Amino acid sequence: MTVGIVMLVHTALDRAEQVIRHWVAGGCPVVIHVDKSVKAATYNAFVASLSDLPTVLFSKRHRCEWGTWGIVAASQSASELMLEKFPDVRHVYLASGSCLPLRPVKELRRYLDARPRTDFIESATTADVPWTVGGLDFERFTLRFPFSWRKHRLLFDKYVEFQRKMKIRRRIPAGLVPHMGSQWWCLTRQTLSAILQAPDREMYDRYFRRVWIPDESYFQSLSRVYSQNIESRSLTLSKFDFQGKPHIFYDDHLQLLRRSDCFVARKIWPHADRLYDTFLGDAAGAMKGSEPNPGKIDRIFAKAVERRTRGRPGLYMQSRYPHMNWENGFSSSPYSVFEGFTELFEDFEPWLAKATGGRVHGHLFAPERVEFDGRQAAFSGAMSDNPKIRDYNARMFLTNLIWNTRGERQCFQFGPRDSQYVSWDMAKDPNAQISVISGAWAVPLFQSNRNFADIRTEAAHLQRVESDHLHALRSTYAKARIRIWTMVEFIESPMEALQNIVDEITGKSVRRLTEAPRMIDLTGFGQFLQNLKNQGMHPYLMGDFPVDPTSGTAQPKPRKPYLVR
Amino acid sequence: MGWLSSYRMRRRRRYSRVRAWVKSRELTTVQDRTGQIRKNDILIFSTFRNEDVRLPFFLKYYREKGVNHFVMVDNDSDDGGREYLASQPDVSLWTTTASYKGSRFGVDWLNWLQQRYGHDHWCLVVDPDELFVYPFCDTRPIRALTDWLDASAIRSFGAMLLDMYPKGRVDEFVYNRGQDPLEIASWFDSGNYSIYKNSEYYNLWIQGGPRQRMFFPDEPWRAPALNKTPLVRWDKRYAYVSSTHMILPRGLNLVYDETGGEKASGVLLHTKFLNTLSVKAREELERGQHYADSAEYKAYASGLAQSPDLWCKWSEKYINWRQLEILGLMSKGNWA
Repeated sequence: MTVGIVMLVHTALDRAEQVIRHWVAGGCPVVIHVDKSVKAATYNAFVASLSDLPTVLFSKRHRCEWGTWGIVAASQSASELMLEKFPDVRHVYLASGSCLPLRPVKELRRYLDARPRTDFIESATTADVPWTVGGLDFERFTLRFPFSWRKHRLLFDKYVEFQRKMKIRRRIPAGLVPHMGSQWWCLTRQTLSAILQAPDREMYDRYFRRVWIPDESYFQSLSRVYSQNIESRSLTLSKFDFQGKPHIFYDDHLQLLRRSDCFVARKIWPHADRLYDTFLGDAAGAMKGSEPNPGKIDRIFAKAVERRTRGRPGLYMQSRYPHMNWENGFSSSPYSVFEGFTELFEDFEPWLAKATGGRVHGHLFAPERVEFDGRQAAFSGAMSDNPKIRDYNARMFLTNLIWNTRGERQCFQFGPRDSQYVSWDMAKDPNAQISVISGAWAVPLFQSNRNFADIRTEAAHLQRVESDHLHALRSTYAKARIRIWTMVEFIESPMEALQNIVDEITGKSVRRLTEAPRMIDLTGFGQFLQNLKNQGMHPYLMGDFPVDPTSGTAQPKPRKPYLVR
Repeated sequence: MGWLSSYRMRRRRRYSRVRAWVKSRELTTVQDRTGQIRKNDILIFSTFRNEDVRLPFFLKYYREKGVNHFVMVDNDSDDGGREYLASQPDVSLWTTTASYKGSRFGVDWLNWLQQRYGHDHWCLVVDPDELFVYPFCDTRPIRALTDWLDASAIRSFGAMLLDMYPKGRVDEFVYNRGQDPLEIASWFDSGNYSIYKNSEYYNLWIQGGPRQRMFFPDEPWRAPALNKTPLVRWDKRYAYVSSTHMILPRGLNLVYDETGGEKASGVLLHTKFLNTLSVKAREELERGQHYADSAEYKAYASGLAQSPDLWCKWSEKYINWRQLEILGLMSKGNWA
C-alpha cells in the first residue's frame, strides 16, 4: 500500500518536476493538475519532460483562480484519476507545486501505513475558529459569490453588501455542517471515494460552486459526513499571514524547517536552491541530528503578523506612521515629567537620579537649548540640543527620545517657560507620569534681579501658559498619571509627595527616602506675591501663600533641609 | 474635493511624462544593450556625474544582489566613468551635457528611460553612492523581495536615505576605487528623524540625520528630504515627481501603515561623506546645479571647512540590516 500524490501546479514547473521525481523515487504515484492558464507550449514541454515516468499522470485541466471553484474541480478530477488508475493507493495526499517534502518519503508511507483508517484534514466549524480574514466566515456559506474577488473587487463587495441588506440567504444542504481548514489534506481511499462517488455529489457541487473559497471548505465539510476517523490537522506545514496569503520559505529557513518535524512544507520560494538541494538530496540526513522544535516556526510567523498589524508602540518611522489615536501607544515606554521641582529645590536633578536610578534631564524644552542630562550637546540616537531642530518637530523629538532610550527610565523637567508643543501629547499619553507643583515658576522670578515691571509681565505670561497646560492635564482626554499640587500644598508635606512619585517610578520599593533635596529659602516669597497682587497681577496657581511674614510664626533662622528617618 | 485633486494629480503626471519626452532629446546613446533585458528582469536606473571611483563597487554590490541590468545616464563626466561603464556587459548607457537642474535633477531623463525600458519590471532607482539594504538582504537576493511583493500585491517599496559618515574628518580617509565605502563611512544617526505627512502627495517627509544636525541647525526645515521610494514595479504611466521622494500616481507613495502596523521597508545607505565630497562640493557649487540653489552644497562647503567631523559620541556603527531593524529605521513588516 502506498500514498498517491495529487499535485496542483501553475508556476515554477521545473521545481515541480524535481519534487515529482522525488515522490516517484519514493514509490508514490503522482497525478498532476496543471492550471489551464499555463500556455499550451509550456504544458506540452512539461508533460514531455516527465514522460519517462510511468506512474505520473496528468488530469483534466481546469482554470484555477484563487477563491473559486476551479481548485476544487481540479482536486476532484485528479483524485478520481488517482483512485481509478492506481488501485494500490490507500491515502491520497493533496499537494501543490511549491510543496517540499521535508522527511523521507519512506517515513511518510510508514506513518500512513500505521494509520490506515485515518483522514488527515484540518476541519473546524466556522463558529469556533476566528481564522478568516476580511469578515467573511459563516457568510461564505450563506451568500453567493459569482464575482471574482481579484478581478472585480467592487462588484464582489457590492454584491455581498446587497445580499446582506436584502437578507438574502442560501440554504445549506441538509445534513451538511460547514467546516473549514487548510486546503492541503491527506484522505483515505474510503473517504475520498465516498465523497467523489456520493449519489448527491451533484447537489453538493452545485452548492459549493458559489461558496467563497470552496477549496478550504468542500473536502473539509464533506469528510465530516463520510469519514470514520478524522484527525483534524494538516500534514503540510503551511503558515498564513494576516491577509490569508501563505508565508514563503527561503534558504535561511533551512534550520527552522529541519527542526519542524513536518512531512511537507509549503510554500517554498522557487529559487531557494539550498532548501531543494538539502531536502530532495538526502532527506534522511537533512532531518537527522536536530531536535524537533515545531513551535519555533509558529512563533516566528506569529511575530511577523503581529509586527505587520500592531507594530512597535511608540515607533514612528518610514513604514509606520499611524494616524493620531491609532498609535497603539504614543510613546514606547514610561517616562516622568516634573514641573516646578527644580524651581523649588536646589539640587533636584542629582537627587532624583540618585533616588530612582533613571536618566534625569533638565528642561528638555527650554527655549535656550535642550538640557540633556549632563548638558551634553547630543544625546542617544544623536539627537541634537539645538532648540530649533527640536521645535521643528517637538512631538517626534519626545517620541524619539523615549524610543532611543528603551530600557532606561527618562525623567525631565517641564514648565511654562518651555515650548509647549507637546503639552497635550504628554497629557494624553498613558506612559507619562506628570507631577506638577503649580505656581513654582514664580520662585526664579522672586530670586531674579530684574525690574519689577518686567517680572510682572513675565509672571502674567507664565501663569497664563501654565494655566493652559493644567487645563490639558485636567481635561477628560488626559490619560497620563497626573499629580498636581499647588505650591502651598506641596510645601506642607514634600517628602510624602516625593516618596509617592519615586515609589511609582521604581515600582513600589519599601525603601524610604533617607535624603531630601534641598529646598530653596522662601523667606519673603509671600511678600513678593503680594507685591505682584498690588500691581494688579494676581498669582493664583501657587495657592494661598501666607501673605504677610509677620502674621505667621516668624522664623529667625533659615529653614533647614527636611530629614526623614 | 477628491476628484479635483485627483484630476490635478493626473495632469501633473501627464506633464511629467511629456517633460520626460521633451528632455529625452538631450540624451545621446553611448551603449544600448537593452535588447538583453528579459521578462521579469530587475533593473537599475541611475544618473551620475564624475563618479568613476565609485562605479566598480556600485556594480559589484548590485550584481551580487541579483540586479540584471543597469540603465545609466552620464551627465557630462570627464573622469573616465563613462568609458568604464560602456565596457560593462550588463550596462546600457546614455550621456548628456545638458543641465542637471533643467531635467529636474535627472528625474526627467530617468522617467523617460523607465517609460521605455522599465515597463512591467521591478525598477530600482538609486544614485551610485546609495546602497540598498532590505530585510534579509544578507541571505536573500532582491528577487526574493520582489517576488514577495508581487505575491502580496504591493507595487512600491520604501527605503529611507540613511547618511553614513566616517569617524573623524571626512577628508581624513582616502576611498580607493572598488573599495566598500562602508569600511570608511560606517557610522550613522540612529534616532533623530522628523516625519511629516505630505497631504497632497501622501508621501512622508522625513528629515534629520547628520546633515540636519550639522549643516541646517538654524533652518532645520531646509534639511534634505530622506524619504524615498526607490523600488517600484514600474508601469509606463508612472512618473517620479521629485527625485525618488515622490511618485505619481499617489497611491505608490503609501509605503507606510497608518493604523499602527509596520509595512516592510528598507534603507538606502548614503555613502556620500567620503573624501571625494569636498572636491565635489566645490565643483557643484560653481555649477549651481543642485536642489534649492545648491543650499546643501553651500552648507557642505562651509561646514566641511569649519567643523568637518560628523561623528559624535552617540553615533551608531553599522553592522547589518537586523541592527537597523531593531533601531526602528526599517522593518520586516510581515515578511519572515
